[in-house]
Amino acid sequence: MPIIKTDNLIKKFGDFTAVNGLSLEVNQGEIFGLLGPNGAGKSTTLMMLTTLLKPTSGTARVNNFDIVADPDGVRKSIGIVFQDPSSDDTLTGYENLKLHGMLYNMPAELRERRIKEVLELVDLTNRKDDLVKNYSGGMRRRLELGRGLMHHPKIIFLDEPTLGLDPQSRENIWDYIEKLSKEERVSVIITTHYMDEADKLCDRLAIIDKGKIVALDSPTNLKKVVGGDVINLKIKNPDIESIKKLDFVKNINSKDGTLSLSVNNANENISELLAVTGRVESVELHSPTLNDVFLHYTGREIREESAEGGWSERIINYRSKK
Amino acid sequence: MNEINGILAIWYREFKVFLREKSRIVASIVNPILWLLVFGGGLGSSVSIPGVNYQAFIFPGILTQSVLFSSIFFGVYIVWDRKIDFLKEVLVAPISRTSIFIGKVIGGSTDSMIQSVILLLVGLALENFGMIQGIYFSPYSILLALIILFITTVSFVSLGLIIGSQMESPEGFQLISSFLVFPLFFLSGALFPIDKLPIWIKPFTLLDPLTYAVDALRNVILGISQFSLMFDLGIMLVFLVLVILLGGLAFKRMKV
Repeated sequence: MPIIKTDNLIKKFGDFTAVNGLSLEVNQGEIFGLLGPNGAGKSTTLMMLTTLLKPTSGTARVNNFDIVADPDGVRKSIGIVFQDPSSDDTLTGYENLKLHGMLYNMPAELRERRIKEVLELVDLTNRKDDLVKNYSGGMRRRLELGRGLMHHPKIIFLDEPTLGLDPQSRENIWDYIEKLSKEERVSVIITTHYMDEADKLCDRLAIIDKGKIVALDSPTNLKKVVGGDVINLKIKNPDIESIKKLDFVKNINSKDGTLSLSVNNANENISELLAVTGRVESVELHSPTLNDVFLHYTGREIREESAEGGWSERIINYRSKK
Repeated sequence: MNEINGILAIWYREFKVFLREKSRIVASIVNPILWLLVFGGGLGSSVSIPGVNYQAFIFPGILTQSVLFSSIFFGVYIVWDRKIDFLKEVLVAPISRTSIFIGKVIGGSTDSMIQSVILLLVGLALENFGMIQGIYFSPYSILLALIILFITTVSFVSLGLIIGSQMESPEGFQLISSFLVFPLFFLSGALFPIDKLPIWIKPFTLLDPLTYAVDALRNVILGISQFSLMFDLGIMLVFLVLVILLGGLAFKRMKV
């Protein structure tokens, strides 16, 4: 039985449809990703699955509890790490965890034991009595990761878990996510607009665009859809018709004067290709990435920019305003 | 048990935050003392109210003022909680919105009551040092004063939370609450007797729930009042029930 099952989930804000008929199943124990550009409807989906928003129509079951009929059942089954910091920075790390344990009605003894365990898991034991104010962005995320796991949820939701973090902290967080998925045996749902993140972490992922699933499979299988390798050519006046005739060219996307081709055995065939195209300004060849998959399905690229007012930026705003 | 633990959790957090924000505690004690000594001393030198020293006269008013300000402005913390995602962390926990509201009310009221106790002690000290005259404390009057201040606190913390639960920005909250706080304070008769007011002000004064808190406090601390203690308490309790019900409703309808 799937741990999450959504059926034609729809959320409208006025005339705008944020989530447009989402149906998917997440299996127990897997790391499942929702990948898409900003505004694709990932966070809205997450808000519905975590009972913070009611769907306009459609249903979803989380740990076999209906998200509308039994929100309390859902809440007891899940842990969440939100996109923006959701710990209180005037409290210490330990106090934030204690507060969480109280909110989840954990008996004092179990609570203290779990605080110890999750602090260990996210390597914050020796900083537990420092105010969260004095944590780095990465440490704060780790604390919230640990907190989300504290009450033994069946599923943990991570909304853009590395948004706004520096590259080193990002990889660090990835390691923790893989570790907790193994050690705590919890199902993990991640939303992200970083392809590398989805590729590295997810067992399966749904690519979402404009509120709809455009593809759903394992990263490996998704990349197979693009076919062999990707060659990007910059050409002034491309002769697309004659390129199409080459039997090793699987697919052609044209965007801003750049041709993106899916090609079998690119290394062997590139000279033949260049013979047909004639003079090119530049050539780039790489194995397919999830960005190519997204381009394949939508004709656009996932922009590599952070959401407006990201994680670290908001901490700074919050502090300066406070 | 579930809900009680949730209420305790919210209270625990608010109290820890209160203890950490030393400047807030200091300001909430120093400001009323300035009002009492500087404003009261200054104005008292040229204004006289029959039968009572002016500083003593405004002492109950200043107590209510401090409770009013700190209680209503406590509502801004929920706006800050929303500004970061802390509010989501609480809303997604398996406790009811009503419990969150109750926890917040107890949290905010604890802060105000600690200030009230300190201010009562300050009043007692000032009286003993002869800096103000005419305040008579007995264990009985202190107990009654604390009950009156408690009802006032819970009412206005609830009111502040109602506003906070519906506001997106701290600036918006400041704007709305200032519009409320100053008329409430000035019309309440905290700084002047209300029996000889111009005819057009009088109805507004009678509509101000704070008027009855000030009058009740004056009754138990100074032994002077416009209305009977029972009448004052009655009106205060009606207002209390009203804002608590509205507050519960506001939290149920509160968006993330």
